[in-house]
Amino acid sequence: MSNTAKTFAVAGAVAAAMTATLAGSASAQSKEKCYGVSLAGQNDCAAGPGTTCAGTSTVDYQGNAWTLVDAGTCASIELPATADGSARAGSLEALERDLPA
Amino acid sequence: MTTGATPPAAVNQAEFTRAMMDAAITNPKGLRDSQNRPAGRRFNVYRNNVAVSLTEAVLQAFPVVTKLLGEENMKGLAGIFLRAHPPQSPLMMFYGAEFPDFLAQMEQLAHLGYLADVARLEQHMRRAYHAADAAAIDPDALGALTPEELMQTRVDFAPALQLIRSSWPIFDIWRFNMEDGAPIPQAGAQDVLITRPEFDPLPQALPVGGATWITALMGGKTIGEAFEVANQDADTFDLSTTLALLLQGNTLTALHRKD
Amino acid sequence: MLDKPTFTHLPHTPGVGYKPQHFNDIISDAGSVGWLEVHAENYMGDGGRPLAQLRHLAEQFPISVHGVGLSIGGEGALDRDHLARLKHLVDWLNPASFSEHLAWSTHESAFFNDLLPLPYTDATLARVCAHINQVQDLLGRKMLLENPSSYLAFAESTWEEPAFLQEVARRTGCGLLLDVNNVFVSATNLDFSPQGYIDAYPLDLVGEVHLGGHDEDEDDHGKPLLIDSHGREVVDPVWALLDYTLAQSGPLPLLVEWDNDVPDWPTLEAEARRAASALANVTAEVAK
Repeated sequence: MSNTAKTFAVAGAVAAAMTATLAGSASAQSKEKCYGVSLAGQNDCAAGPGTTCAGTSTVDYQGNAWTLVDAGTCASIELPATADGSARAGSLEALERDLPA
Repeated sequence: MTTGATPPAAVNQAEFTRAMMDAAITNPKGLRDSQNRPAGRRFNVYRNNVAVSLTEAVLQAFPVVTKLLGEENMKGLAGIFLRAHPPQSPLMMFYGAEFPDFLAQMEQLAHLGYLADVARLEQHMRRAYHAADAAAIDPDALGALTPEELMQTRVDFAPALQLIRSSWPIFDIWRFNMEDGAPIPQAGAQDVLITRPEFDPLPQALPVGGATWITALMGGKTIGEAFEVANQDADTFDLSTTLALLLQGNTLTALHRKD
Repeated sequence: MLDKPTFTHLPHTPGVGYKPQHFNDIISDAGSVGWLEVHAENYMGDGGRPLAQLRHLAEQFPISVHGVGLSIGGEGALDRDHLARLKHLVDWLNPASFSEHLAWSTHESAFFNDLLPLPYTDATLARVCAHINQVQDLLGRKMLLENPSSYLAFAESTWEEPAFLQEVARRTGCGLLLDVNNVFVSATNLDFSPQGYIDAYPLDLVGEVHLGGHDEDEDDHGKPLLIDSHGREVVDPVWALLDYTLAQSGPLPLLVEWDNDVPDWPTLEAEARRAASALANVTAEVAK
């Protein structure tokens, strides 16, 4: 592509993008727009729920004792480790190691 | 042997911490009840508070990973994670930055190669949510430039803008878990742009080459230079769609003419 | 600094712990609620909705900034990055009050997201005072220090909690935040009289009172073990302890905390109304 062709390609694409964008910069500060769900992770000063046992299961935090039980939506997504056509080094490395019994 | 009272056992915070984070370790001796008996399960209140509150923080931070794995699996993982990577700052809103790498290293999850990248997407959603406010330019400012000026222009981006490149279909996986009726993800790489038009972060899949173009602009290249880089990466690069996503996301905050 | 009315102190009315899901309710009709308390750490991001909401609330209400992550009782030095973030927030918001806890949360670099207990010794006293002086010097204002909920005792403690708090206040000039639910929880868990605690407590130093709900568990010997969960209504014995306190102290700013299983606004506002009537009773008594 010549420089002129590039310039016109870019100018044309920018014009198209502007058309696709509704003009008018949003004023994000009005009270009406301020309400909405907060995204995760709040600090508070409360104790956990009133049981003393949930934090004491030593089995939970032995990494090699943890096992994945089919439960979530990943069961309905079939993407084999090589689905991206370039299986990453991390995955290959992991397969070579012994999985815990 | 001498008689007489031994001084009561002191408990330092290192000792307290070790026992709190590992229930296999005996309670520090100096922790008592009101009748000077060992504290016993009273100490478990702290074990519980820490484990439960940090587990909740991980689950809330990664709702899509939680849906993918199921809540019970995720709670078990969080229990391992919070002990290996306790928060390094009191800001719970940012807790979990190491979680994507942690997932990538769990051998039991090696067959779910996309998990870590989905977690990265969620981590960046939170960054976008808490990023500094920035006023976007009026899109007409671009239209006021001649084609030649446009090629020579550099741009500034809003701090909320985030870019995640993946060799997995992470946007489709995100949508499959967050939107009713979204299609089942098919194999393929996806780059995701996160914008924050107002207060809510919005993830969108970028067309091929879009991430390369934006990365080049972030690196200080002009619109024209970045266009060239993106075209080398993908000859079907769709500048118009990419720029429209940026403009709609209120991500451009300033234009600079190259001197 | 934020362009808003300046409130130099908290009013003698009920306030509530602010939860983002109540934003619209509070803006449209806060009912008996005259002020709000926010947890400092939730407003230490760079921007976005949390700070935008806080800006709007601060235009209408006195705000109390209540820190939950400073680790004032920590054996290590206070986290400099965190102090800088706190100063930034307090300088920007200029809140009516800033308070923190007699507790620790950080060891070495790890933050445990809980208010962990301290032995009441001379060494703890010196450390807590040094940290409070550091905070007050940095912020250029007086802070309030809150009594914790205790689940256990330290064999090494040599101070009673009210005397310890009084001495901290005497040495540093800080004020106190009296959490009457924490007093009730600790008194039950450690077998002392909650009224006796209030009698020994320096009520003239109190700048704010907290109320909250707790859960019940039991210890290894079948004794009740109360847990400060902030997940339900304030129980009647805690309201009674509030009345007992106010009868001695006179009216004070009262705050209802509800952090877990956060209810809808009318339920929380009803708790605030109950606090308002406790204040009305004591005001009527004082007027007699």
